[in-house]
Amino acid sequence: MYVAVKGGERAIDNAHAWLAEERRGDMAIAELSTGQIREQMSLAVNRVMAEGSLYDPDLAALAIKQSRGDLIEAIFLIRAYRTTLPRFGYSEAVETGAMACDRRISATFKDAPGGQVLGPTFDYTHRLLDFKLAADGEVPKAATAAPRMEPTPHITEFLRGEDLIEQEPVADVVPGDLTREPMRFPAGRALRLQSLTRGDEGFILGMAYSTQRGYGRNHAFVGELRIGKVPVEMEIPELGFAIEIGEVELTECETVNQFKGSKTVPPQFTRGYGLVFGQSERKSIAMALVDRALRWEELGEDNLGAAAQDEEFVLSHADNIQATGFLEHIKLPHYVDFQSELELVRKLRREAQELAEHLAAREAAE
Amino acid sequence: MKTENSTDARRAWMGLLAQSNEAELARLWLAFGAKPAFDWLRVPEAGGVMVRGRMGGSGAAFNLGEMTVTRCALTLNDGTVGHAYVQGRSKPKAEIAAQIDALMQTEVAADLRAAVLAPLQAAKQATKEARAAKAAATKVEFFTMVRGED
Repeated sequence: MYVAVKGGERAIDNAHAWLAEERRGDMAIAELSTGQIREQMSLAVNRVMAEGSLYDPDLAALAIKQSRGDLIEAIFLIRAYRTTLPRFGYSEAVETGAMACDRRISATFKDAPGGQVLGPTFDYTHRLLDFKLAADGEVPKAATAAPRMEPTPHITEFLRGEDLIEQEPVADVVPGDLTREPMRFPAGRALRLQSLTRGDEGFILGMAYSTQRGYGRNHAFVGELRIGKVPVEMEIPELGFAIEIGEVELTECETVNQFKGSKTVPPQFTRGYGLVFGQSERKSIAMALVDRALRWEELGEDNLGAAAQDEEFVLSHADNIQATGFLEHIKLPHYVDFQSELELVRKLRREAQELAEHLAAREAAE
Repeated sequence: MKTENSTDARRAWMGLLAQSNEAELARLWLAFGAKPAFDWLRVPEAGGVMVRGRMGGSGAAFNLGEMTVTRCALTLNDGTVGHAYVQGRSKPKAEIAAQIDALMQTEVAADLRAAVLAPLQAAKQATKEARAAKAAATKVEFFTMVRGED
């Protein structure tokens, strides 16, 4: 059967023109600048950078403006843009132990050297709407104290001596890159972490929450959570040495998890790890919980059949751009497919009806 | 001729230029005076660098996500080569950084350091200290309540 495939151009052009007008909204209200979005919607910018997997606050702000605040649409724009960038290389691994911490807390060690630094947190706010923000107002200056300029070492450093916590093996292997080769299973921890850090915050949060509710429980405490900037170094081939090419803000979460020990390992604490672009606290805690749940096999734990223990399930569904691409494509014209489905259903109904009539006729004849 | 071309010094100024605020860099560069003639070895080009992290903060590497970087290379008339790899997508920023990298290998290095690099370094340090000072004010000072009679 012939199905019309032309004729939508004018409708599409007009739809996009209307979209632009709706994006702008009421002309009596001042237009948002991308600078305003970057500075005042910074956590949305951070999320778009993390899940778009490209650290560039100006681009993320532009994407948020263009997408009318639909963050998954904004992430889509960033992912599309990053495919156009030539890849200059891979950085050295960032040293989060040298982070200039805006925030650094531990739920397990009250007197950690460097202290509990709350930073600009929503914690301990009352979650009551602040109507003062609806009116223009001056912001009171944040208090200051004598700055601590030396690096804040990781809390796990202090537990090394007693061997009470597993140590991360330092291996000199080149980690896989899911932006270069398609994911294969088992993926291994490096690819899992890359997938989780760019995965959808809601999905990772849901998976992490499922472990807390008992589906692959791993008894996590936040050993340390830190937010701040770290320099990024890269070896420059034409120079023959590494230089700092910039700095990125990161949120890092290390969980400390109960571990009963195995045949080869004495009882000790194990670790889950989360590292995310920007100030992305919820995401990095969730990432650490899911990372830990996915490590069941290497730690000799039982597979409880929990979703969060299933690497293929978690990694195949964590990416919101893949997910929304496949989900939303079903709304696009499927006229030919549907026409054939329609024909099939009609045929099946016809056959069923013929069979019923045939059986009724035979029954009447007997 | 006094030049500053040891690797450590060059690493330091290239890193400072990479992280500098573009408007501030452009203002200081403009005020510096005569600009050198140069030929491009590589015109400014924006690209991505895959940033790596370490498992558990100290273990094996994994790929975290990309950042935008702009690079270029140029040569002065005397053959001195300047390189730039700067954060972001600004071609003018990369161009200024590469010119400064080249000139820092010539006899104007000391003047250039005083006019551009020193103010950039001071601004960077001030920003860092201001954030650290605010962070320090949010440090929890625990104290123990004494309960009951001695």
